[in-house]
Amino acid sequence: MAKVKGAIVINIERCKGCEVCIDACPESVIAMNKNVNAKGYHFAMVTNENCTGCTNCAVVCPDGVITVYRVKVPTEV
Amino acid sequence: MAEITREEIIKPENLVYKKTDLLVDRALSYCPGCGHGTVHRMLMEVIEEMDIQSQTIGIAPVGCSVLAYEFLDIDMQQAAHGRAPALATAIKRLMPEKYVFTYQGDGDLAAIGTAETIHACNRGENIVIIFINNGIYGMTGGQMAPTTLPGMKASTCPYGRDTQIMGNPLKITELVATLPGTCYVTRHSVHTPANVRKTKRAIRKAFELSYANKGVSFVEVVSNCNSGWKMTPVQSNKWMEENMFPYYPLGDIKVPTV
Repeated sequence: MAKVKGAIVINIERCKGCEVCIDACPESVIAMNKNVNAKGYHFAMVTNENCTGCTNCAVVCPDGVITVYRVKVPTEV
Repeated sequence: MAEITREEIIKPENLVYKKTDLLVDRALSYCPGCGHGTVHRMLMEVIEEMDIQSQTIGIAPVGCSVLAYEFLDIDMQQAAHGRAPALATAIKRLMPEKYVFTYQGDGDLAAIGTAETIHACNRGENIVIIFINNGIYGMTGGQMAPTTLPGMKASTCPYGRDTQIMGNPLKITELVATLPGTCYVTRHSVHTPANVRKTKRAIRKAFELSYANKGVSFVEVVSNCNSGWKMTPVQSNKWMEENMFPYYPLGDIKVPTV
């Protein structure tokens, strides 16, 4: 049984802080940073390692700022 | 076994999703959380998957998405307010080998462009019409649109739309579905990942049907306008689910018979 691990990369300068990705994430990986980007928006950030690379956040992001990577990690039985 | 680190996952060979290169690398001019950006991306993903970048001509409307040609890396033409289906008719008739689509909002398509929309749909032009319905004039300051819901507040109806005085919301999608020239009429939304994926499939089907000369393919996307509705993007998506979807139910309205 392989375990799926994912990681997301957020383009913080393009993020407008709409928070739609937070609702879309089933693993509660994303939160808003209390700092702001050059345009003055709070931007999304990764808070934990639970990402499974489901791409929900990236699909729903209106500005397309999220890039998703995914690997299968073989686990010992 | 040692845990895999974030740096080990973020490698080009593990990439599963990124913004398509057919969207120009430029910040979108839309408000935070606006559905336009998502629809733009789905449209470009369909064009990328079908590999029709050089064969597609889009018609930009007037409204929030007036600058769509700044973001979509395909051939685009700007139409006068509401006249996009007329212009698309001309382009498709002159160049029948091209994929032609219009991208219009509710003020453009259902108010000033009603005549062009209905007649293009009635003639059965082989074009795709993508209709973004947010029930308000977003660009000009949140005035009442033909699609504004009864009781919904807008800057020109601050006490809510009174259907006795202002008439009823126009279900233009159901209207064009009754016309013989349309082959595929459907309504979707882009507020959740599942709905975004359905919208993408609908846009792809619409492009394929229009290229097969089946008639007008009409894809409505019920979207939010958090600035116009005076809500946060997440609140506006919830409000849309509770109020817009009962009046504008999602799903296929007309599907082609094989």
